[in-house]
Amino acid sequence: MDVIAFYVFGAIAIAASLGVIGQRNPMHSVMLLIASFGALAGLYVILDAPFTAVTQIIIYAGAIMVLFLFVVMLLNVPREEPAPRSLAGTLGGGGIKAAALLSVAMGIELVYAVYSLEHVSFSPGHSGSVSSVANIGQALFTKHAFAFEVTSVLILVAMIGAVILAQKEHH
Amino acid sequence: MLQYINPNIVAHLGLIFVVFNLLVLSAAFMVWLERKVCAYIQDRVGPNRVGYEGALQPFADVIKLLFKEELRPKAADALLFAIAPIISACAAFAAFSVIPFGTETTLFGLLKEPLPLQVADVNVAVLVIFAITSMGIYGIVIAGWSSNSKYSLLGGLRSSAQMISYELSYGLALAAVIMLAGSLSLRDIVMAQSGAWWGFIPKWYVFLQPLGFLIYMTAGVAETNRAPFDFPEAEQELVAGYHTEYSSMSFAMFFLAEYVNMVTVSAVATSLYLGGWLGPLLPSWLGWLWFLLKVFLLLFFYVWMRWTLPRYRYDQLMEFGWKYLLPAAVVNLLATAALVLWLG
Repeated sequence: MDVIAFYVFGAIAIAASLGVIGQRNPMHSVMLLIASFGALAGLYVILDAPFTAVTQIIIYAGAIMVLFLFVVMLLNVPREEPAPRSLAGTLGGGGIKAAALLSVAMGIELVYAVYSLEHVSFSPGHSGSVSSVANIGQALFTKHAFAFEVTSVLILVAMIGAVILAQKEHH
Repeated sequence: MLQYINPNIVAHLGLIFVVFNLLVLSAAFMVWLERKVCAYIQDRVGPNRVGYEGALQPFADVIKLLFKEELRPKAADALLFAIAPIISACAAFAAFSVIPFGTETTLFGLLKEPLPLQVADVNVAVLVIFAITSMGIYGIVIAGWSSNSKYSLLGGLRSSAQMISYELSYGLALAAVIMLAGSLSLRDIVMAQSGAWWGFIPKWYVFLQPLGFLIYMTAGVAETNRAPFDFPEAEQELVAGYHTEYSSMSFAMFFLAEYVNMVTVSAVATSLYLGGWLGPLLPSWLGWLWFLLKVFLLLFFYVWMRWTLPRYRYDQLMEFGWKYLLPAAVVNLLATAALVLWLG
């Protein structure tokens, strides 16, 4: 059951992510990205991390993507025009050759990494495990307290910067 | 062959079916309640032709809407235009799936294991509701944008900005209750409210958190775009806001989503502040009657408020959300945290 769910969510995540970069309407890209975040949340649930899954939806898919959506809507980004269809056009240029080489290298590394993993068994989740909310809270405020506080200061700085940049000029 | 079908799975599927139907019926009931209460507040009678006291009026409305022509503006983005009402409606229904409305039942001994009256018993239930409510915003934004019309776009943007702003106070009010109960599971929060002080005042969190309850209900009304926060849908201002270009069943989906959201907010408020299915006199397996009564009272309050109060102007609405409600929610959270630490 877990394995079926993993393949389903993984397929949705991959298809949605390919759609984000592959299709031409920017609004559709944003919606497909939200769909891929939903699939990731499903994968987190399978990994016995319900808190991470829900937090992913609330923060990433619920707040950050709304921001993206507003930006794409209000900037009125036009549809992408289809690329030139000639073979000479697509295979020419040194930059494209280097990019193709790098992607082949990355593909080989990915396949190697996946095959060298040990087999992981899907054990049923038990409550009180390391991902329960209480344990996450304790770890955040004791072991990782510094990172937590610094992140909140960082977000505050970003907010203040955004407010100042968005102000109208005072003459 | 029949012995391979697990009766618990059948019972669970039956429960899902019953909950879904009850939600749709409650939306129909809300349509009727709204029109009758509105009428009596305005010193008239309301629908009284279709069925006893107009009780079948919502069904007549649905049949009329089914037969209407489904329009789509030529310049609208077809895929997003079609998906927006689906997102709204699905988010509204999905949010209700983690709300417990009764203790466990064995259906008079038919089931070997008791079945909790809840579609999904998740131990992060409060956050799931919050997450799915955030997803509902997309339905409105996409509807506003994909209709490719000025009124829709303005309505969609205003509505989603309002929903995002009031989500913060909503979450902070929730956080204060979570601190009191010590758990994110709605079932645990309701069970923490059992018992009574001095024998007759029930230990509901509304008595421990009056400010939190007010903040939650205000933010809930703003989240569901209901009066007095319904500027984005106001007929006098924006034709009809984000659902201007929708007709027939798509429009019905948006309205279904709005009413089911109201039911969800009322149900969550009942579970968090009013003790869920706990109540005197009735045996615990009839607790769902108390739950229905409390949800009905909150829904009546919603309708009453709509037809009594004038609506906020949009800048007043946003100012209230950020400058008054959010600090109040933060103060509530801090005070609750201090009291929990001090009193143990």
